[in-house]
Amino acid sequence: MKQRVEIVRRILDSNEQLAELNRKKLDEHQVFAINIMASPGAGKTTFILQTIAKLPKDLRLGVIEGDTAPVTIDSDKITAVGMPAVQINTGGDCHLDANMVGLAIDELDLDEIDLLLIENVGNLICPAGFALGNHANIVISSIPEGDDKPYKYPNIYRNIDVLIINKIDLSPYIDFRMDYFREGVEMLNPGLKTFAVSSKTGEGFEPWIEWLDEKVRTSQG
Amino acid sequence: MHELAVTESLLAIVVQSAIDNNAQKVTDIALTIGALSSIVDDSVQFYWNHISKGSVAEEATLHFNRIPATLLCLDCSTEFTLEDELTPCPNCDSINLNIIAGDEFQVDYIEIQKEKDKNNETTS
Repeated sequence: MKQRVEIVRRILDSNEQLAELNRKKLDEHQVFAINIMASPGAGKTTFILQTIAKLPKDLRLGVIEGDTAPVTIDSDKITAVGMPAVQINTGGDCHLDANMVGLAIDELDLDEIDLLLIENVGNLICPAGFALGNHANIVISSIPEGDDKPYKYPNIYRNIDVLIINKIDLSPYIDFRMDYFREGVEMLNPGLKTFAVSSKTGEGFEPWIEWLDEKVRTSQG
Repeated sequence: MHELAVTESLLAIVVQSAIDNNAQKVTDIALTIGALSSIVDDSVQFYWNHISKGSVAEEATLHFNRIPATLLCLDCSTEFTLEDELTPCPNCDSINLNIIAGDEFQVDYIEIQKEKDKNNETTS
């Protein structure tokens, strides 16, 4: 005879519990962490490098780089500018999860870091489903990707705190309807804080840097 | 897609629950999956067939309960279901919307057979 056992449990519950542990650890060391999500080629690493260059020098940074392949191309770029970076190779997985990030956090000296930038695997679907324990989520959309992304990948825009529109220096060459893009975003995440930048030229970075700097300092009380 | 990671989490929850309830085997697993959860049933089933082998749940049938994405218009209070594409409110065309269902991704229940059931079967 069959017996029914009620469970009613979110399937990614265990990831969320690990994310909560990461969050506690970061809070204990007063580290403000952001999770940066985007499609491959949106300019995540260049954006991080420009952010590092523009942030006040007294803010101490750490970077976690997620990639699916065993390469250190991205983390090498970060360590080349003198910042501690840990590379996570997901072994083909399309996203970072809380366990991977927890292991990477343990490799960093959290007492020496105020701001931790976590570069997720380039993907607009899977990273949205996995909490990491960070304090803010941002998505980078770049002009060449097209203006239909909020309509095609709605989930990634929903639970984020900041949207970066990157590569605005390419606007003269690409038909990107900002109103159409913005309307899609607005349906998913009303009033979402948005910064339009060029990570290559540094254009538009000041308001973003101001926002980030204030967030980090406020979190440290 | 991340269905492998997700299916591994599912197996862990089911096996733990089976152990907690002294199950001899798990026969059925009921899942609720919201349309916005980016989870593909066929893909979960595909990975399940592989990773559940040799476990207490290897013969279990997966039942998928699909929940459509439901939005609430914050201007005129119309509730509507998203079909394929993201659209403004069908009543007032507002884009001031709130998603109220479609995120679900959970195990609702499992059905199990216990050790003593087997004994009953063999003695009867």
